[in-house]
Amino acid sequence: MPVPFKSKVTFTMTSDTRTAAHASSRRIFLHRRVRREAIIGWLFVMPALVMYAVFVLQPLVLTITYSFYKWNGVGPATWVGLNNYITILQVPNLIGTIYNAFWLVVWFSFIPVSLGLVVASVIHRVATGQLGAIARTVLFTPQVIPLVAAGIIWGWLLALPGLINQILKIVGLEAITRAWLGDFHWALPAVGVIGIWVLLGFCTVLLLTGMGKIDPSLYESARIDGAGWFREFVTITVPLLKNEIGVCLTVTVIAALAAFDIVWVSTAGGPGNATAVPGIQIYILAFTQRAVGLASALAVMLMVLVVVVILPIQWLSRESAQ
Amino acid sequence: MRVARSELWAGRALLLVLMTLTILPFISIFMTALHPSGTVPGGLDWPVHPQWGNFVTAFNDAHMPAMLASSTFIVLAVVPVSLLISTMAGFAIGLLRIPGARALLFLFVFGLTLPFSGIIIPIYFLERAMGIYNTRLAIVLPLIALYMPFAVFWMRAHFVNMPTEISEAARVDGATTWDLFWQIHVPLAGPPIASLGILMSIWTWNQFLLALVLVEDPTQRTMAGALGAFQGHYATDIPLLCAGTILILVPTLVIFVLFQRQIILALLQGSVKG
Repeated sequence: MPVPFKSKVTFTMTSDTRTAAHASSRRIFLHRRVRREAIIGWLFVMPALVMYAVFVLQPLVLTITYSFYKWNGVGPATWVGLNNYITILQVPNLIGTIYNAFWLVVWFSFIPVSLGLVVASVIHRVATGQLGAIARTVLFTPQVIPLVAAGIIWGWLLALPGLINQILKIVGLEAITRAWLGDFHWALPAVGVIGIWVLLGFCTVLLLTGMGKIDPSLYESARIDGAGWFREFVTITVPLLKNEIGVCLTVTVIAALAAFDIVWVSTAGGPGNATAVPGIQIYILAFTQRAVGLASALAVMLMVLVVVVILPIQWLSRESAQ
Repeated sequence: MRVARSELWAGRALLLVLMTLTILPFISIFMTALHPSGTVPGGLDWPVHPQWGNFVTAFNDAHMPAMLASSTFIVLAVVPVSLLISTMAGFAIGLLRIPGARALLFLFVFGLTLPFSGIIIPIYFLERAMGIYNTRLAIVLPLIALYMPFAVFWMRAHFVNMPTEISEAARVDGATTWDLFWQIHVPLAGPPIASLGILMSIWTWNQFLLALVLVEDPTQRTMAGALGAFQGHYATDIPLLCAGTILILVPTLVIFVLFQRQIILALLQGSVKG
């Protein structure tokens, strides 16, 4: 039991009792009560804590342990120290998944958040009433359906006879049509477009909600000073939305770095390793190539990467919001 | 606020463009689904003879009733248990302020950014050893645990803001800690519990990785997991794949349209707090 809690309780008790003897007997009684309550309180936490410990904390420790071994998942494991980590840093196909993850951040995060900001600021004053309500629902739909479905739908749209190429033909860009997800250069941006489709609506609606909380008189006075749309955007909208922007960035960056569903369904990491992200490579290494140690080392690197990228975003957005 | 007419129209136009881009993919797969099975139509070609039978074929081939039942079972096994144990933990940490509450909160919050793929490997081996691999329990148990960081954090945020007078008054009346929890604080926590329930139901229904790794039989999986298996099965038959995808999306979309206000609110709040 931490000391401050106990001492606080005894302090308040002694201050409102008169005689020392009385105080000490009461103190023992209260001590017992406090202790009993602490035990009951801990019993309330136990079910959640036990589940969390068995199926999250234990696997977390095991992942780190596996990462120091060479193991095929069945036979005996051999201690290899940091060799798995060194392998990942040296093999282009493995370290490449981390580069790809950062590339996806551009598509899944920067574009939806910045585009979402612009779109939200343009529509926030017209998106009231019926149109606004319908727009919210429609734009939010991709956020509700399984990412697997988004992957399947876009896998077809981006195929050679699919909708995207059909539209390109109509507007006279037949020369650039291709099987987007099968093209070494274009597969990753094509997967990125799926991410934009899924996340843009979410960011827009979240930012719109934030804009609704900004005092309209701020805009009025900026107008009187002759500020245009862009000045307003930079000096009022963005600074006052720091918190919401931080949330959008956090959600979308995690979606990019930890991407699995969309990529697995639309390209499975291909062609070659063009769209392989850590999640995909972990799955392939562990469950088809049986390189459990190597897969675990990549898993550890992914988890560290997410924390390292997310923490600064959280600090910046929280700090300025206060 | 006065808004210039040109700005009004620009805003509306942008909104319409954005909505069209969001809906167009759904329209495209719907039209594709109506083409004869086995053909490769263009993305927006209107079928000459709409093949409504494709939906029947996909319904039967995908074992839709079994998949729906499996996914519903998993949601019903995961969500109530997660709600109960996370509310209890949030109550103890946020309201009872038990000794060690700060450390506990930190321990749970630590799990918030954890990608599922980071710990899936040991979960696979643990479940093989426990003998629950390839059963629905293989998805249910880790999912409950993986929701704990967010769920406990969420419920604690509610309880930490509850005025202490309510608890003190109940204590004076001789209520036990369980009475305090079950008869006073759970009824008062209705809205956050409902939002959390909506969030966890959607996440469970859409959970893919756990289903892919831990359960081989598509009829024992979540809806997203079953859809993944369906894709592998119909990779070469685009119209049937589209028909199956639409069927699998229908329950989600119907529920979304019915409860759109609550769902959007829950998802927005969920991301802001998390």
